[in-house]
Amino acid sequence: MDIVALRVSLVLAAATVTVLLPLGIWAGHALAIRTFRGKALVEALVAVPLILPPTVLGFYLLVTFGARSPLGGAFEAVFGQTLAFSFAGLLVASVIVNVPFVVQPIQRAFESIPQEVREAAACCGLTPLQRFVRIEIPLAWPGILTAAILAFAHTLGEFGVVLMVGGNIPGETRTLSIAIYDRMQAFDDRSAGIMAATLLVLALATLSATTWLGRPSRSRGPL
Amino acid sequence: MEHVGLSVTVAQNSPFPLDVAFDCGPDDVLAVFGPSGSGKTTLLRCIAGLHRAARSHVVCNGEVWADSGTGLHVPTHRRRVGFVFQDYGLFPHLSALGNVMAALGGQAAGQRQTVASRWLAAVHLTGLESRRPDSLSGGQRQRVALARALARDPQVLLLDEPFGAIDRALRGRLHGALDEVRRQLRVPVLLVTHDFRDVVRLATHVLLLEGGRCPAAGPIEEVTSRADLPWERYGVSAGSVFDARVVSVDRARGLAELTSSAGTLLVPQAGLHADATVRVRVPARDVILATCRPDGLSLHNILPAHVLEVGPPGHQVVVRLQAGTGQLLAEVTGDAVDRLQVRPGRPLFALVKSVSIEVHGPGDA
Repeated sequence: MDIVALRVSLVLAAATVTVLLPLGIWAGHALAIRTFRGKALVEALVAVPLILPPTVLGFYLLVTFGARSPLGGAFEAVFGQTLAFSFAGLLVASVIVNVPFVVQPIQRAFESIPQEVREAAACCGLTPLQRFVRIEIPLAWPGILTAAILAFAHTLGEFGVVLMVGGNIPGETRTLSIAIYDRMQAFDDRSAGIMAATLLVLALATLSATTWLGRPSRSRGPL
Repeated sequence: MEHVGLSVTVAQNSPFPLDVAFDCGPDDVLAVFGPSGSGKTTLLRCIAGLHRAARSHVVCNGEVWADSGTGLHVPTHRRRVGFVFQDYGLFPHLSALGNVMAALGGQAAGQRQTVASRWLAAVHLTGLESRRPDSLSGGQRQRVALARALARDPQVLLLDEPFGAIDRALRGRLHGALDEVRRQLRVPVLLVTHDFRDVVRLATHVLLLEGGRCPAAGPIEEVTSRADLPWERYGVSAGSVFDARVVSVDRARGLAELTSSAGTLLVPQAGLHADATVRVRVPARDVILATCRPDGLSLHNILPAHVLEVGPPGHQVVVRLQAGTGQLLAEVTGDAVDRLQVRPGRPLFALVKSVSIEVHGPGDA
């Protein structure tokens, strides 16, 4: 069992959720209540990581992260290391891969709030910010939690993009799913088996949490 | 002088035509009546600032809320409107009390709970403060929505089909609750409905809406006494509506004596209380015309009248009568119009069966 790889996986998943959740709430809300030109294109862009092969995504990220690209060059100038094959690069890649897993459930959650409820809140004298904080966020909360859990679980399991962008650097970019592949290549079936079981249990736990949170609840909190 | 009440002009061509202008005083209950799709809800939404019509001018108690000429559009949360939505629009994650408290943003936090409980008590919901909307009945939800709208301390109260999903018995009680609350609150009330019973029971004024246009508007007595309106097309049988006062109740005979602008009426409503004010509707179909005072009839109500107007000719003709200082509509056959020589100025007697007079108000069934 590669504890270091497990730690990299967990830190990466937590960091991905932390970065992506505020962005996802903002984007999901905007997509749910606004109509604007090019909305269909934005929605397609949000969904594209779902169907694109991880290698395609990894390829473009590597090109963008490379020292000859403006982004890669700037990163290297500031931090003295390449963005590709670093934890930071891995985090950026992970955030991009997880966009649909976060934005879509949050968008659905905001969309399911009846228009009348929003309008009633305005008629009660609540400002747009008060409506967002007191009415919309609490009502969309199950969707937001689902998004966080899905992104966490999905990051733990991501393989292709991680391998392309991160390489296989212990303690930096070697996640648990990469470590399993590594152990299998080395015919270390026992280690691979333990780690695979760990990921399976984590996946089951997070998915059952999502199902449980998705159930309509009658008794969560007083008011 | 500051203008008190609500003054509204709204016009647009798309997405559907709407062209209405009216004033509503602080003691008025204006019923906006018309078939679905006639623009009733949109009219309310324009007043609340939830819809922007191409041309609009909304002034409430001297404060301009919308003026398309200058591009002014005060956002909804800065207009003091109490809005009861068709499906109530209650906040599902908040208790009944929490829903009402949400409208009390201007008050100190400590006071909100007390004030909110008081509003719930005003609509007879004491004891249900901690219930969520999904564990309240339709009528209870409607009352929470009403309490929330009133808690906003509104300058205008907008009710969109508030009795739509409510059965008949409950409707009567809610009519009473609304009537009660309204008397304590001097604000214009706009009531959107497609059910004429709500109009008869609650309205002081009526605005008819058909395809976005307004064929008639004014005090209820005036509008319901118009012989030229196509009442059939509105799904309403013609009949004049007016207020009356209960003079006496004879429980032994099961009759109550009412006095109204049209004269004295006897109605079989022993449940009424003397001195109460009631709403009366006299269906035009149930008014018989006679050229002389008849004798030997079971009839109680024989009102001297003269003809003001004869409606469009046809098999059935609506005749507008002056009786006392009030007006009545009578629907008779075209043949009767010819035989009795019914024309403006002709003195007649209007005969009304007491059982056909509809009485609404405190103490009605």
